[in-house]
Amino acid sequence: MSATQYKAGSNLEKILSEGKFAVTGECGPPKSADGTVIEEKAKILKGFVDAVNITDNQTAVVRVCSMASGIQAQQNGLEAIMQMTCRDRNRLAMQADILGASVLGIKNILCLTGDHMSFGNHPEAKGVHDLDAINLIKMYKDMRDEKKLQCGDEMDVAPALYIGCAENPFGDPFEFRALRLKKKVEAGADFMQTQCIFNIPKFKKWMEEVRAIGLHKEIKILAGLTPLKGVGAAKYMKNFVPGMDVPQEIVDRMASVEKGPPAQAEGKKLAVEMIKEIAEIEGVAGVHLMAVEWEIAVPEIVEMAGLLPRPAVA
Amino acid sequence: MADEPTTAAAAPADAAGTAAQAPPTPAELPANEGFEPEIIVFACHYCAYAAADLAGSMRLQYPSNIRMIKLPCTGKLEVIHLLRALEAGADGVYAAGCLEGECHYLKGNLWAKKRVGYVKKLLEEIGVDPGRVEMYNMSSAMGPQFAETAREFTARIRGLGPNPVRPRDGFTAHEVVVKQMGDLALPDDSASDTPPGS
Amino acid sequence: MITAERKPFDEIYAMTEGHDKVLVAGCDTCVAVCLTGGEKEAEILAAELRIKAKQDGRDVQIEHTAAIRQCEWEYLDAIAAKVEEHPLVLSLACGIGIQSMAEKFAPRLVMPAVNTNMLGMPQEHAVWLERCGACGECVIGDTAGICPVVRCSKSLMNGPCGGSHDGKCEVTTPEKEDIDCAWALIWDRLKAQGREELMLVNRPPKDWSKSSSGGPRKMVREEAKPV
Repeated sequence: MSATQYKAGSNLEKILSEGKFAVTGECGPPKSADGTVIEEKAKILKGFVDAVNITDNQTAVVRVCSMASGIQAQQNGLEAIMQMTCRDRNRLAMQADILGASVLGIKNILCLTGDHMSFGNHPEAKGVHDLDAINLIKMYKDMRDEKKLQCGDEMDVAPALYIGCAENPFGDPFEFRALRLKKKVEAGADFMQTQCIFNIPKFKKWMEEVRAIGLHKEIKILAGLTPLKGVGAAKYMKNFVPGMDVPQEIVDRMASVEKGPPAQAEGKKLAVEMIKEIAEIEGVAGVHLMAVEWEIAVPEIVEMAGLLPRPAVA
Repeated sequence: MADEPTTAAAAPADAAGTAAQAPPTPAELPANEGFEPEIIVFACHYCAYAAADLAGSMRLQYPSNIRMIKLPCTGKLEVIHLLRALEAGADGVYAAGCLEGECHYLKGNLWAKKRVGYVKKLLEEIGVDPGRVEMYNMSSAMGPQFAETAREFTARIRGLGPNPVRPRDGFTAHEVVVKQMGDLALPDDSASDTPPGS
Repeated sequence: MITAERKPFDEIYAMTEGHDKVLVAGCDTCVAVCLTGGEKEAEILAAELRIKAKQDGRDVQIEHTAAIRQCEWEYLDAIAAKVEEHPLVLSLACGIGIQSMAEKFAPRLVMPAVNTNMLGMPQEHAVWLERCGACGECVIGDTAGICPVVRCSKSLMNGPCGGSHDGKCEVTTPEKEDIDCAWALIWDRLKAQGREELMLVNRPPKDWSKSSSGGPRKMVREEAKPV
């Protein structure tokens, strides 16, 4: 395929365009000016994922910004998926940041609403929310395809972007979730990642609704998974993370195993089973492994799931 | 008819204080012959109504399209009265008050002018020609001016065509408006018993 | 209506330090309706302050009064004489009334005894919920009469977000109570109205320049200005 057929020509885009099953990972930047963290994580994940999400003040906790960490990841040979939330920046900053990111080689961008300030370490902050995620997707799409800023001003050089979004198949109202993805597709999203899935039957139901309106053909869907380190992690997800649906069987399964290495092994095993089951679902184009603060588990999981070697694309 | 003072036919300023465009002269409008507009005139007791009386006594010709409603002062006229007149089917409505600075109640005619200007703005918003409402000023001695104003305005409205708001069957708007005005309007006790225009 | 909540007593009491003549001024419109700052509440606060001051051995004269509406100067004429006797006024009116008093009686000290909090609606007696964001460009015609600016925690124009669960927002109030997800409510009501298609419209970014973000606002009614 020639470069002009791609929107941005990122590794992730090429793999998905060729219909290969994609694997993305996730990295949380450090909560300080520590330049070594991303380097370390990049070393762990390189070769095991096609691109890595760099979170943006996730759960409203301050960390090194996604752009800086994303650039650092790419400098260390790992393609980044930069994230942008609507909570922290207005439309000027969001455009300025994506132009800067694009200039410095970032191609993948995930457009998110952002967890509310009250969840994080600065609950007194003023939430920006100048735009919502759908406005943001459209704004970036128009920058790329129309060469125009949100106000209509024309740009000489458009940013080359592969635009992603997130969707929560378990959020409510349930019957609206596939329709909300449709809105994001219409706004211009190229790929999407789901929130981490533990309830596979419910996810399958959501995929049915997505396929019923043909969305799986219009957008590349990556299913989100989080390997569990232990029963504590399972319970935390179930009770404290917004929008999560963790079936009791999973909590029980993790509880039935001894803490420490045995639990971790079980967690990895469970993750591999889930990857294999999800890969069979029609319309799923890849998996998004969110092994937050457990990046070292990713290589083993990817290998056990039979996803190595990662495809090399031109 | 002697010189027509510009006051009677002057284009009033609109509510924001900027001068409105002068309405087209009768010569510039289509003749629309055959269409007889119903014109309602809210005239103040002290000046305009007296001027109308004088015109009648002087046997001056003015169109029989004019239907008068007497008010103690044009300051009594509210925005809603003008709109109701149009809704009732009047093709044109104008307020006739004392000359500026000579209002018997000091500023009533200034309030009327402001309200007419505001109604013109509203009419533009709703797609009705603002020329269908107007404000005129005259003294009680200005019989000829009353007649001239009546002629000019009638010709203007004839040119604009029938009221798009509600088609009428005959001259029925006046009766409806009088009823709506209730106690606000003074009894129509014209000194001249000759119908105008004859 | 505008709702306000009385500031903590200690904060108000601290304002009286160094003063020996204080007037507590209530307002009998919005803050009276939300039971925070009417004449009744003004009298109560004045009594509280006197009792505390007495315990502290302070010789302070604390009186109360109330205006029909503190935000309109015509209504302040009735309490002007009393205000002018007191170097410090503690106003229980909403922020508008307090500022109106501060302006009319400037440079006299007029201090806020309340925290004005929202444009709210009484859901039931003694419970008020935020309803309007005063954003300057109302869109609730498209959102089934539910304001997405201020009833959605993230002011989404295309909600809900991924945090909506069981019809509730991911955010809870400081008192740890649930907040209804505005977009879940919008969806339900649009369905009841047979207007689901409005949920699928990609609404453009809001023009925040019409809100207070664009600078303090002003409204003029030319046609009502005196001649």
